Amino acid sequence: MTHPDTRPAPAAPHTGAGLAVAVHDLTVAYRDKPVLWDVDLEVPPGLLLAVVGPNGAGKSTLLKAILGLVPAAAGQVLIHGEPLARARDRVGYVPQRGSVDWDFPTSALDVVTMGTYRRLGWVRRPGRREREAALSALERVGMAALADRQISQLSGGQQQRVFLARALVQDTDVTFMDEPFQGVDAVTERAIVDLLKDLRARGRTVVVVHHDLQTVPDYFDWVALLNVRRIASGPVADVFTEENLRLAYGGRVGFLERKADPTPAPGGRDDPTTPHFGRIRP
Amino acid sequence: MMSPQVEIQLIAAVTAAACSLVGTFLVLRRMAMLSDAISHSILLGIVVAFLAVGDLASPWLILGAAATGVLTVALVETLHRTRLVKEDAAIGLVFPALFSLGVILLARHAGAVHLDTDVVLLGELAFAPFDRFAPGGADLGPRALWIAGGVLLLDAAALALFFKELKLATFDAGLAATLGFAPTLIHYGLMSLVSVTAVASFDAVGLVLVVALMVGPPAAAHLLTDRLPRLLGLAVLMGAASAVGGYWLARWLDVSIAGAMAATVGLVFLLALLLAPQRGLVAAARRRASQRLEFALAMLAIHVAQHECGPDAGDECRADRVHLHLHWEPGFAEVVLRAAEQRRLLRREGGLVRLDEAGRDLARGALTR
Repeated sequence: MTHPDTRPAPAAPHTGAGLAVAVHDLTVAYRDKPVLWDVDLEVPPGLLLAVVGPNGAGKSTLLKAILGLVPAAAGQVLIHGEPLARARDRVGYVPQRGSVDWDFPTSALDVVTMGTYRRLGWVRRPGRREREAALSALERVGMAALADRQISQLSGGQQQRVFLARALVQDTDVTFMDEPFQGVDAVTERAIVDLLKDLRARGRTVVVVHHDLQTVPDYFDWVALLNVRRIASGPVADVFTEENLRLAYGGRVGFLERKADPTPAPGGRDDPTTPHFGRIRP
Repeated sequence: MMSPQVEIQLIAAVTAAACSLVGTFLVLRRMAMLSDAISHSILLGIVVAFLAVGDLASPWLILGAAATGVLTVALVETLHRTRLVKEDAAIGLVFPALFSLGVILLARHAGAVHLDTDVVLLGELAFAPFDRFAPGGADLGPRALWIAGGVLLLDAAALALFFKELKLATFDAGLAATLGFAPTLIHYGLMSLVSVTAVASFDAVGLVLVVALMVGPPAAAHLLTDRLPRLLGLAVLMGAASAVGGYWLARWLDVSIAGAMAATVGLVFLLALLLAPQRGLVAAARRRASQRLEFALAMLAIHVAQHECGPDAGDECRADRVHLHLHWEPGFAEVVLRAAEQRRLLRREGGLVRLDEAGRDLARGALTR
């Protein structure tokens, strides 16, 4: 998948064997408006993948659909070769910071402790072991001193690090992060990068929705360019090209150029008058 | 045996505690208005169940009513999910429909019973002690107290058992889902609790008070603490205290007990809003005033430091003219000067302001910060 036109081999059943994340033909629509069109994405284990694309490209929706948080109209998701239902405990999620109410009456430590709830199951309460795990996760993101702080009294970057600590404590094989770098200070940015590298060193896979194109080559191994459909995905060196970026961010321009292409291509978006085409199979 | 007065207060306090307990999670989920919707539409369930079984004391009434409460939530969400109406509008559409259906059925078919609209709105707390729970002739107290106590126990047990799950699903439903804690199930579980609590409380205190007790005490408690267990405890205490206080207010003013209790809930919230140590309006105003003074002190120190050795020191540093240069009201300048003298930042000598060492430090610090 080093070129945008390269498609996965047809017909072969998708086993997702050897892949941390395998997404096939994922389509998500809100009512009749497509948000993701027939997206394929294959992520080998042990690497850091950035998902980039313009606003409204469906980056967050891709994550949520993979995690089963929004219903998919079509498609298949495999995590380490298993459907999500059987791989739930191998998947962690760091939502956008704005997705929760930071006025909620709780402390940083308590939020991180929530990451241990899966192991506890229903009804059982977190004990000292869980709190210690949470505290050491806070320490890893440099937040141990603020463990007892009410979460609304933390800065944006500190709140982000609380979320990261919560993902750390879940200790999952695959972690999905939605814009962790959004609006954070330099200290936090550094902490996130170190954390990502640490996770990779331990063989974990991290899929990150990212908005800063300039840092993609520095921070990530692989990149997926998305604009409702997948434009390209693969190693940064191969895929993070000017042409692909133009296809992803050029919107209408990309669409017009693609129309001249002999192979029928999915439609561009951002213009309500532009018709959306699904991939037409021969 | 307790006196009717004590019984009324007990019923009210226990009901209030139960409402505040489940109400806390409604408020935290920003679903306070659902308490309004549920408590109104359960009337339909009560009337339908009554028409079906023909007995006002039947437990089917509670179940039927609780089911309507959950149905209300489901209808609101279905309507909201169409993305054609916002959630608040969906609430405003669903519950008046169900409530008015209940009122019509009540007027047409249940006219003979003592279910009437006054009772529905304000309850009949004053008469609650006359309805005794007396299995086999042994008087065990008012029935309403047993119902309220049972519901409080149910709520407390459910919240204690599923505290962690409720907290998680309320704070971050997405995480709850990825951790396998079915937030929808938790949501409807909570809504069932709210419905059962509303039904039981509605019988004793009427639906106006149900709404007041589910929203007021938790909202007030949230101003006083930022820890969830403490918030729950405070909400229960404030709810129960408002109930008892409202009873005495009603006696004093000779008005509806439920009305006086709702008013007390509002009063307690107002007090919390004004006087909460961190978030209260008074504390906020004080903080602003002290910041204003600190800023004025720094301004004054800098002004004097700039000019006291200059050629125009005789004018710029005159104690009675400083306010002109700083564009202050003369009264405010005097307050600032006095505060500065008290802190030994400066002295007034022969009508001139002279900085002390501390004042010079302040000016230097403010300029180099």
